Amino acid sequence: MNSLRQFIDKIKPNFEKGGKFEKLGSTFGAFETFAFVPNEVTKKGSHIRDAVDMKRTIIVVVLALVPALLFGMWNVGYQHSLSIGETAPICDTIWSNFWYGFLRVLPIIIVTYVVGLAIEFMYAQIRGHAVNEGFLATGLLIPLIVPVTIPLWQVALATAFAVVIGKEVFGGTGMNFMNPALIARAFLFFAYPSCMSGDKVWINEAGDAISGATPLGDAMVGNFASMPSIMDMFIGTIPGSIGETSIPAILIGAALLLITGVASWRIMLSVVLGATAVGLLINGIGGNEYMELPFYYHFLMGGFAFGCVFMATDPVTAAQTNTGKWIYGFLIGAIAVILRVFNPAYPEGMMLAILLMNVFAPLIDYYVVDANIRARKKRMQVTK
Amino acid sequence: MSGKNLKLIKNPLSKENPITVQVLGICSALAVTAQVKPALVMAISVIVVVALSNVIISLLRNTIPPRIRIIVQLLVVAMMVILVDQFLKAFVYDVSKQLSVFVGLIITNCIVMGRLEAFAMQNKPWASFLDGIGNGLGYGLILFIIAFFRELFGSGTLLGYQIIPDSWYAANGGFYHNNGLFILPPMALIIVGIIIWVHRSRNKDLCEN
Repeated sequence: MNSLRQFIDKIKPNFEKGGKFEKLGSTFGAFETFAFVPNEVTKKGSHIRDAVDMKRTIIVVVLALVPALLFGMWNVGYQHSLSIGETAPICDTIWSNFWYGFLRVLPIIIVTYVVGLAIEFMYAQIRGHAVNEGFLATGLLIPLIVPVTIPLWQVALATAFAVVIGKEVFGGTGMNFMNPALIARAFLFFAYPSCMSGDKVWINEAGDAISGATPLGDAMVGNFASMPSIMDMFIGTIPGSIGETSIPAILIGAALLLITGVASWRIMLSVVLGATAVGLLINGIGGNEYMELPFYYHFLMGGFAFGCVFMATDPVTAAQTNTGKWIYGFLIGAIAVILRVFNPAYPEGMMLAILLMNVFAPLIDYYVVDANIRARKKRMQVTK
Repeated sequence: MSGKNLKLIKNPLSKENPITVQVLGICSALAVTAQVKPALVMAISVIVVVALSNVIISLLRNTIPPRIRIIVQLLVVAMMVILVDQFLKAFVYDVSKQLSVFVGLIITNCIVMGRLEAFAMQNKPWASFLDGIGNGLGYGLILFIIAFFRELFGSGTLLGYQIIPDSWYAANGGFYHNNGLFILPPMALIIVGIIIWVHRSRNKDLCEN
């Protein structure tokens, strides 16, 4: 580590103002602060500084995603083995399945990072600001919310769209009002529906005899008999987007995010409450088989858990006030279930629910702050 | 043509563009631009309506009582729109069907009313005519750019002719899929945004502080 520090210090003058490679200053800064905590000192006023800066926050998110990623890789191999009629016990094939999935998922991750980071660095150079770290998390989120069979050029296109239209036009990390990873998914979902939904895309090189429908796909067409058991849906040995299937892996990530304080427990809890409330309401009304499906199925199917833990809690696009977080989360859960049960066009409602509430988050905050101001004004007048 | 008159046609194409600078007529720009052909027909219809109603209002401008001028303007525009609509139905029926209500809705297109109020009420017929042509062209130019990208990426065609080779498509063993998002109106809004972005980066004086 020491020799690296010395090397960086040695070449640093070249990148500072007036140096040989002045133009590449922000690229250099990105790599330097990636390796070491920046030594900038606050010059004006008094601020509390913490060692946990943006890069460390983002890295926590990346670490929290690792369990879901590893499980997703294994599940890609496992689903493939199942579909071609492999019947060996799970324990014997765990490594071969994992290796199979690893080789399929890795190219998607590489494409996302290369395309996204290239654009981020380009913008940083042109606009002369430091490279934003936000993409380190976005770049891992995107591969986890797409089906494994997605063509790589589509991944590249969606990543570029998300970074440029979703983030950079508004001023980069921290200025975006919608979650960039979900914008990438929404882009793919509307642009290439045949590669993003249906029962053909979730299993890589599937055998002919197998139905590759996700539980949500089954539920949408009323095929409740072929839905997997609750245990399978909980563990995650079902077809689905790469990182979304396993609840335990997502819960490990959720625990890490909550312990480090990166994600808000209020949002996670209120998303679950919102889905429960609407789920119970729909159960109470009844009418068809989907409406009578027990409400807790919604937590296990599709991207609900993943979206709740990693997407809804994005600190940039979520509501900022505590009261606002409750409203924001509750509505995400409620709208997601409503979309799932009542919209015949989209089997999954979580993505659209989160994007919709991202748009409304500033409005919610505005009225929460406004209500607080009015409450305090009233108090002031009473004491007068 | 004098320099002043030439400006009436040239300015709306860029610095005073009705869509990208004045942000008028956005609704129809999203609705009719999924393909190039209806977009061009729509553009021509708007050019005709704006130019001719500008001339008529300009001729009447000294006799219209100010308090009822909006109703008079609407009446003239409505008449022009009905003429155009009947003309399209008679000669290009399929396009007319594609455009459906949007030809009728030219009446509510803010560009038309905007030019009548802002220009034709104060200027002579010939200048008003050129102003109408210019603004119609500015509108048509943006419509064409949007429709060009939407049809090329959304359907792989231009004016109905296949541009992207058939052998590229996944159905024929290739890798390519048409981008369904380009068919949907939200993408048109994003393209308008990108055009405004490019336009303002090239003309810094258009940027607000």
